[in-house]
Amino acid sequence: MASDSNAAVLAARPVGAPAPGSAMKRFARRRSTIAFLMTLPLIAVIAGLVAWPAGYAIYLATLNRRMTAFIGLENFDILLDNETFRAVIWQSCFFAITAVLLKALIGFWLAHMLHHIPAKGQRKWRGMLLVPWVIPPALSTLGWWWMFEPSYSSINFLINAIGFPSIPWLGEPWWARVSVIIVNVWYGAPFFMIMYLAALKSVPDQLYEAAAIDGATGWQGLRHITLPMMRNIISITVLFSLIVTFANYDIVRVLTNGGPRDLTHVFASYAFQVGVLSGNIPRGAAVSLFMFPLLAFIAYFVLKGVNQRNKEMA
Amino acid sequence: MTTNGTTRRTVLRSGAGVAAAGVLGAPMVHAQGTAGSLRFAFWDHWVPGGNDALKLLCAQWGERNRVTVALDFINTTGNQLQLTAAAQAQSRSGHDGISLTPWDVGAYADKLEPVDDVIGRLVAKYGAINPVAEFLAKHGGKWLGVPATSGTQNKPACVRYDLMLEHAGIDVRAMWPASNTRGPGADTWTWDTFLVAAEKCHKAGFPFGLPMGQFTDAVDWVGALFLSYGAHITDASGKPTVRGNAKLKTAIEYAVRLSRFLPNDVWAWDDASNNRALISGRSALVFNPPSAWAVAKRDAPQVAEKCWTIPMPSGPEGRFIAYLPWTTGIWNFGRNKTAAKEMLEFLSQRESAEATTIKSGGYDIPPFASMSDFKVWETEGPPVGSVFNYPLKPHHQAQPSIAFSPAPAELASQMYIQALNTKVIARVAQGGETVDSAMAWLEREINNMRRG
Repeated sequence: MASDSNAAVLAARPVGAPAPGSAMKRFARRRSTIAFLMTLPLIAVIAGLVAWPAGYAIYLATLNRRMTAFIGLENFDILLDNETFRAVIWQSCFFAITAVLLKALIGFWLAHMLHHIPAKGQRKWRGMLLVPWVIPPALSTLGWWWMFEPSYSSINFLINAIGFPSIPWLGEPWWARVSVIIVNVWYGAPFFMIMYLAALKSVPDQLYEAAAIDGATGWQGLRHITLPMMRNIISITVLFSLIVTFANYDIVRVLTNGGPRDLTHVFASYAFQVGVLSGNIPRGAAVSLFMFPLLAFIAYFVLKGVNQRNKEMA
Repeated sequence: MTTNGTTRRTVLRSGAGVAAAGVLGAPMVHAQGTAGSLRFAFWDHWVPGGNDALKLLCAQWGERNRVTVALDFINTTGNQLQLTAAAQAQSRSGHDGISLTPWDVGAYADKLEPVDDVIGRLVAKYGAINPVAEFLAKHGGKWLGVPATSGTQNKPACVRYDLMLEHAGIDVRAMWPASNTRGPGADTWTWDTFLVAAEKCHKAGFPFGLPMGQFTDAVDWVGALFLSYGAHITDASGKPTVRGNAKLKTAIEYAVRLSRFLPNDVWAWDDASNNRALISGRSALVFNPPSAWAVAKRDAPQVAEKCWTIPMPSGPEGRFIAYLPWTTGIWNFGRNKTAAKEMLEFLSQRESAEATTIKSGGYDIPPFASMSDFKVWETEGPPVGSVFNYPLKPHHQAQPSIAFSPAPAELASQMYIQALNTKVIARVAQGGETVDSAMAWLEREINNMRRG
């Protein structure tokens, strides 16, 4: 293979002996050159699919509506001056934080329950509980929309059947927010569950046995063994989910379209409405970039904590 | 390395030979002297079979003019068509022409080919074009698209005449018969009468199905209501005319009163909710093109046969009918602009427009008032004559309207998509704000949209 032959050439050359061939050949045979060439496809993918779109979005956000003049940060200034957008910031934070917390709690509880089921039965439950996560969210949200549908909600049908009045799931702002969060939690909790289950399985049983001998209760075992051992995975999972939840688009778009009165819009759905549908692409780009510094800030501290703990453990 | 005497080089050589033979021997798609090819993206019609007329007409025109025409029908579910237009405008490549939503002509004005020559000939032949279509398609004194027949719709009232007669005492069939005359009581078909009828039907358990959310059906009917009260929220330059606007305040107060007699979830209704309300038999009236009625014909014939289409009510400043036109634009980066213009001119001829309207079961509205007499609107049923008053006719004494006119397109499109007119009502009716506070919010929103 190519790498083997290169290694053979490099190994065969005596140290200090004049290199055969031209300088170009020498350059091509250097380990760093080969390493660079081998990582080039990845660099090209990152540059083409991450760096360029991100750079272009930043460039777009600095243009005027007609995209004919550079206006610096004025789009951000306009957005911050807008009541609807300020509400979008609040809603996005409320939506992401509430949904991630609920997903983490439910995921942790489910993982714990699964962990204590015998291996044979566990596989079945694990498969079933993962179903919401493997269905494309646009499709599953449509199913939820049918259940919440303003006029013919099947959930309301059941609520009415037991004697309670209908709930305006999508028509009243707070219920609409709750509906969006319910769907997001339903979709995302299995991801937390599977990550936490993997983390639980990696905690050595000897630790629990030693704690039990010392007379530790179940709660103490959870607090002083399970949680510290899972801290890194909890941090990474919460960070990952926070980023994905902040950027959520399909659930809001399908379920409420941002209504009523824009009170369920999140950054992504509002960016689409302003940028693509209203034909103001620079301002839409500014909306979508707004969460970037916030998430970068959170990511920096979470990853710093993870690294620190890794070093301590090493 | 050889296998069965065949080397890699031999395989490559013969492969290249086969490929070369294929290219040289491939049949010419366009014989010498043909006018090339055209590729258009049209809106994918709701009405089953609604695209057939365009397919047939374009094939006929292509054959006659030796142009290969390829059509893509792209729907608006998930805004696919709008996204396609946005991507093509950005990349300056794609179809030769594309169906554009009402405000997109203004949004892509600098990327569309002027079609004044086509419009000039059509107007000379068929008379004036619908003023709303002109407002949307003409920018900087130039026509930048050809107002289309396919997909263009009015949104008059589709009424359950039996329920309206029983609960509100209004005989809409007598008031607006299937003939070019006004019946008894047509002059009293005002928003005040409408409010009383809404209350009575609500009490009877058949509330009017009027959406108040952020989708086009809601924005369109509220837009027509505002105009009939003379309530403009900006002038033609885009400057807000909200502060101290008594007409606007009256219109908002009226809409708030009306909203009390609507189903309590109308704030979350989408464009299909009113259709469902009518088809399920739970609603006495919706503002919609005849698509809801057409679906009812298939799914709930007992409902469809009791539907009758009539104009929207009139207000202090006149009667306005919500009108939602499509415009076909030709990209200025297209390769075959002359042929594209000729094809659109052909599609706008009376015979072509009539064929399109017939295939859509009367849904499509041509942009010329002189074409509001197609037989299809007289003969469609049951009940026969149900959609006679669907196109705007002189005896309606009405004007077509689009919400947020006369604001400039780039501002109006933002106000339209963000449904400022229904939101200002919702802030009062649902959010509990005062009308003055909601109007102040409206003014701030408009000013913010104008910046940048």
